[in-house]
Amino acid sequence: MVLIRNLFRSPAAASVLSLVATVAFYVLVGRADVLALVSAASWLNFAANLGIVALPVGLLMVAGEIDISFGAMIPAGAITTALLSGTYGLPIEIGMLGALSLGVIVGLVNGILSTSTKVPSLLITLGTLTVMQGIVLWAAMHLAGNASIPLQAPAWAKFLFGQLINNSHQVIIAWWIILVGVFGLLLHKTSFGNWIYAMGGDKTSARNAGVPTERVTIMLFVFSAVSACFVGMCGAILFNTTQVSGGMSYIFNVIASIVVGGVLLSGGFGSVMGIFIGTLTFSIVNKGISFTKINPNWANLVIGVVLVLAMVMNEYFRKRAFHYGSASK
Amino acid sequence: MTHPILALNHINKSFGPIDVLHDISLTVRAGEVLCLLGDNGAGKSTLIKILSGVHIPTSGTIEMDGAPVSFQSPRDASGRGIATVHQFGGTFPLMSIGRSFFVGAEPTKGWGPFKIFDRKKANEIAIKSIRDFGITRIDDGERLVGGLSGGERQSLAIARAVYFGARVLILDEPTAALGIKQAAHVLRIVNQAKKKGLAVVFITHQVTHAMAVGDHFAVLIRGSIAADFKKGDKTREEITDLMAGGSAMAELEAEIESDAHHAHVA
Repeated sequence: MVLIRNLFRSPAAASVLSLVATVAFYVLVGRADVLALVSAASWLNFAANLGIVALPVGLLMVAGEIDISFGAMIPAGAITTALLSGTYGLPIEIGMLGALSLGVIVGLVNGILSTSTKVPSLLITLGTLTVMQGIVLWAAMHLAGNASIPLQAPAWAKFLFGQLINNSHQVIIAWWIILVGVFGLLLHKTSFGNWIYAMGGDKTSARNAGVPTERVTIMLFVFSAVSACFVGMCGAILFNTTQVSGGMSYIFNVIASIVVGGVLLSGGFGSVMGIFIGTLTFSIVNKGISFTKINPNWANLVIGVVLVLAMVMNEYFRKRAFHYGSASK
Repeated sequence: MTHPILALNHINKSFGPIDVLHDISLTVRAGEVLCLLGDNGAGKSTLIKILSGVHIPTSGTIEMDGAPVSFQSPRDASGRGIATVHQFGGTFPLMSIGRSFFVGAEPTKGWGPFKIFDRKKANEIAIKSIRDFGITRIDDGERLVGGLSGGERQSLAIARAVYFGARVLILDEPTAALGIKQAAHVLRIVNQAKKKGLAVVFITHQVTHAMAVGDHFAVLIRGSIAADFKKGDKTREEITDLMAGGSAMAELEAEIESDAHHAHVA
């Protein structure tokens, strides 16, 4: 009972209900085969790629910031890996290191610009998003002559980053699970995590209480850009090729997953479990519809309804979390 | 006689051509409540900001325990034991009681890179500190601060300041947004802080609240101290009139009363 009561006070509450409701709707109304739906790789692969970016971006949102430049950083990670290790034939380690370093650099730029100016991070990362799109396209066309750059990664790199388990499930799913654990510890079990919550609540008070707000913000932006490059890098290793425009749909999908997961858009509230389940929910809504008898033309309608319902439930559970009514009352 | 914890000597503050404070001299002693009274715009907030290190005075000196000090930042002032609690408690509504209590000074367990936030210890200390101030309704450190009443939030902020070793407590209009019961609650806590030997600077424009806890009163009008007196030296009416700038208040009250009378007759 205590477990259930605590669940309903947690930021993940609404996303758990949305997940259950979505699966129930697809199975009962959509006549989807439960086993086929649960064991399908499509939504899980989709979720893992989204989820790795949603974790650090979700933490940024809890801290009261936002990053949308990952929409360009995913292709940037892929292009960098493929350029260095495909076009120029350098060892894959160099290509991977190059991709992740690019993430560090862009993350630093985002973080330093956000902390040293008063410009909202949405606008700053809108700027870096566009700049990076330009750089990525230029680099691909001028240095490789094509947006699809071939890359042949060695077996060990394929095994770790681009493997298809059972010929269906991307190995990135395992990375996602590991990162859920890492970010969960970071947000919920360390002082750093407490600072993230405090910054999202009231940045000035947090700074006055001794929280190094600028350092925390910059680190979170670096995590975000590096994670996006990692997703792009894994994609290039898996598919042996790259795309320039692949990341743009991620912007909407990642932010929707985070918000469905109960993170408050204005900061200060959210959990890693919520972001994780929100990503699962969003992915099942999105990809699961093809397992049902529902006409796929209805897909956006269903996604929209689930999103709105999840937001309304989030609002309701957030209010509940405030109620002090203890067990004795 | 021992030195006062905090003394302001002939403080002036101007922002460009605008003089905000003139020749302010005040002393705050341990175990004493200094009430700083003044209408809106009298310069109370500027004075608080000087005390808490946000502003640096244009001229004049600040002494602590008889030795001159200068605050370059809020961290300087809080490092010397000056804690400011703002009207809404300055806490984080969406954080749990235990988490918000320790922002920036989290207790950890473990070692090296594996230091983990000790949530249990944080909750226990936070709850104990609040209960020490007589608030027994709060028993779970996992509750969100936003679920507390305004008075409880103020109390939480005061308890936090005391736990982190504050010697001077600056309370900026702590009762302004509260109902009667809640305000009484906060006043009781102010009294307890005083009994614990803290020096309290209580800023308010509510004369009754000031009279309930104050030992020493200073009335601020247009940036100057218009009156400085001890408990029992003046009546409530005298203080109200002082704050409103002379006898205006009594006249205003008479005017309103006669208006009400006319309305009633009509």
